[in-house]
Order: sequence, then C-alpha cells, then structure tokens
Amino acid sequence: MLLSLHDIYAGYDGSDVLKGISLEVEKGTTTCIVGPNGAGKSTVLRVLSGLLRPREGKITFDGRSIVGLSPRKILELGIVQVPQSHSLFTTMSVRENVRMGAYMLNDNALVDRRLREVEEMFPIVKTRARDKAGSLSGGQQRLVEFARCLMLDPRLILLDEPSMGLDPKTFKQVIDTVKVMQESGRTIVLVEQNARTGLSIANNGVVLESGRVRLEGPHDQILNNPEIGHLYLGGTLSKA
Amino acid sequence: MSLLEAKGVSKAFGGIRALEACSITVEQGSITGLIGPNGSGKTTLFNVMTGYEQVDAGQVLFEGRSITNVTPDKVFRLGVGRTFQLTRVFPRLTVLENMHVAAQRGNLRGLLSRWSSSHEQQRALELLDFVGLTRLKNLPAGNLSYGQKKLLEFAYILIAEPQVILLDEPAGGINPTMINYLTERIRTLNERGVTFLIVEHNMEFVMGLCDRIMVMHRGTKIAEGAPDEVRANPEVLEAYLGD
Repeated sequence: MLLSLHDIYAGYDGSDVLKGISLEVEKGTTTCIVGPNGAGKSTVLRVLSGLLRPREGKITFDGRSIVGLSPRKILELGIVQVPQSHSLFTTMSVRENVRMGAYMLNDNALVDRRLREVEEMFPIVKTRARDKAGSLSGGQQRLVEFARCLMLDPRLILLDEPSMGLDPKTFKQVIDTVKVMQESGRTIVLVEQNARTGLSIANNGVVLESGRVRLEGPHDQILNNPEIGHLYLGGTLSKA
Repeated sequence: MSLLEAKGVSKAFGGIRALEACSITVEQGSITGLIGPNGSGKTTLFNVMTGYEQVDAGQVLFEGRSITNVTPDKVFRLGVGRTFQLTRVFPRLTVLENMHVAAQRGNLRGLLSRWSSSHEQQRALELLDFVGLTRLKNLPAGNLSYGQKKLLEFAYILIAEPQVILLDEPAGGINPTMINYLTERIRTLNERGVTFLIVEHNMEFVMGLCDRIMVMHRGTKIAEGAPDEVRANPEVLEAYLGD
C-alpha cells in the first residue's frame, strides 16, 4: 500500500471536519473522492500534503509515518498538491511559475529537461512563457498549475477539483493528461465535483459525508449505487 | 427590451486584447448564458459591465442609459448584482453577519438601523434557507468550503434585490445535486422577474437553464442563439466544445 490513513481527525478552530477517516491507496491507482459541499474533501488533501496537521490518527506513505512532517518534507517525499483555488504568483511570468515547481532541485539540466516535457504536455507554458501569470484567464492559470506540479516528477499527485474553471475542450485535455499520468504509473488522489467524470477515470471511489467515509469501493460500484446517485451525483444515470 | 447591453466594447491589458469591439444584449426577464474558451474575455466583459474595469472604447448600457466606466458601487446600487469566480466573503464574520454587511447599501447609520431591524434579520435567514446554508449561519465564513462560499455569495447578492444578476461560474466547485437545486433557485427568481447573465462551463447546466446563449471567442461574440442552435454551430464546436 503506498498510502494509508487511519482514523484521522482534523479540522479548523478546534472543531473537527474529518471525523475518523480511514483510507488506503494502492500504488499506481487513482482514487476519486466525491461528496457534498463541506464534507471534508479538500481537508483530506490538506492533511496529506502537510498543510493541516491532524489532531489524531496515522498516515503512512511508502511505509513511513508522515504525520507532523512539514509540507516541504512531504513534497520531498514526492507528494504534490494542486490546490483548488488559484495559487500562481500573479506578478511572475508563466515560465517562472512553472520553474518554481522545481525549486527544490539543484540540477539545472534536469529542471530544463522537465520544463521541455511539461511544455509539450501543456503548450500554454511555452506560448505564454513570458506573460505574467496574472494576465491569464482563470482556466489558463489552472493549466499552468498542473504543469507546475509535474516539475518534481511526483509519486503521489493530489488534485483538488481539476475541472474547475475549465472550458469543455480544456477539461478534456486535462482528463487526457491525467490519463497520461496514470499510464506512467503515478498514483493520484483527486477530489472532483464533476463526479461522474472523476469517478469514471478513477479505479476507486470514496464518498465522503460530514467528515466520514460513507461508501468506498471500485469506481463502478459507486457510480451505479442508486442512493449515492440520487444524493450526490445529481440524480439518475441517464442524465450523464 | 434590452436591460443590460455592451456596445462595441474593447479592453486591452498591455499587449493582450481581452475584448475587441464586443457587443452583447441581455433581454429583460431572460436567463442568458455566456460561454467560450478559457481566456476568451468572459470575465473581462463582466468586469467592464459592472464597473470593475474601465473600457478603452465602447459603451455599457443599463435600461438604455450609459453606465460606461461608472464605479462598481454605483452599478450595484442601480440594481446590477454580480458574483465572482473566486469567492469574496469576509472570513472572520459569521455567515449571518456576512449577510448583514451585504444588506448595507447606504451609509453607516443605515447599516446600524438595519442591523437591528427584525425585517432584515428575517430576510437574511430566509435567503440562507433559500441556498441551504441555515445550519451554518453562526460559523465564521472562512470555515466554509469553496462551494458553500459560492452559495453564500449568491445569497448575499440577493439581499440587495438586484434587477439583473451576473453569475461567474456559479456551478464550479458545486456538488451535482446542489447544482440541480441551484438551477431551481435561479428559475424561481427568474419567475419573480430577475434577469440573469451566467458565465459557466458546465454545459448540462447552461443548456438546461438558459433561454439564450452567447458564445465568445478571442474577445468578441462569435455566435448567439437558443441552446440547440448554439450546440449545432460548427464554429462553436471548433472553438469551444471540441469534437
């Protein structure tokens, strides 16, 4: 098991958002977390990347405990998060932003090579290289955030709502990119409100409700569960 | 009758021409959709129509009168409400307190007298109920999830009872079941006479809700029509939907 969470309690201002979450993620798989607004989906990702320290519980990544490690240390272990809201440095150029993704690497040749790779995956990194990130539209900034996260060649990628703010054509591109990441053996945990698409590209699904795991299993089991469909996926399957 | 209109509006940021002689008309009583690829100028158009950006050329009209380059607060007071792609709530105030701040349309004295007004309290609670946030009313707004903040923003736009509401990606980050709920809410308000202009990428939502859709590409409108017409337009497929 690459990643496991055991009985995690975590929250803000002394109140728990996560109330005893346990999860296991196998290497090379994609897990999609779905659930209503405020269920704690983003909080799970923040606990994994070290941005929020759980009050209780265990997290192991590749056999070692990562609870209490700094976000930097967790990044060094190969866990990279793409946050939900806009996280680029708006007054820096697109290329500078993407290079920032590799700020921990000291090997310039390696950084350059990775940059070429992500430019190929995300042409906007090249075509808008010198423009300030703040001059890009919301959706374009999203793509640059993805590009940036790949600069460290991560082992575990945490994606918080990859579809948000993306036009349908760009969203398809992003889904294709996620598939490329999957094929190259990366492990992915994603939170997605576009739940049907998110679940359909994942191996496993997790339904979170009020800080607890309501249901977990292979993606089709979640997609075809009529009660879950009604409560969280916007109604019947025929609408998809 | 046209309620809100942009006429030949242009806007550049340095070398980037975000809007190029762009014209759109929002009919009174309509639910109008505004779609287009990332970077096509949708949010910039929202910004110039609500006074957040000044135009380089062209005009913005509300009820036939020019509101070109009028400040955002004045545009708001005229009855044009809007939400943002990234939510703007006061994180340390509670959800209910945020509603009270939103109700402030006059001076501070107005705020104080309104604060104690039971009518306003009632209205704030009704609107929180309307968007399904009642049980969170005493939490600091900063503790809400992204989707919940969007719903709060929607509620606090409503307290000012605008004639037209511009929504920037209302369904982004919202759970699908909640999107259906939001759709109903927008329809209900529309039946009561509120006009909507909605930027959104969720096609199921836009096509199901809007009676008219405008498509933007490279800073200008390239198509307009009923949802089915727009969906079948080859230019739109090429620029936006892909396939």
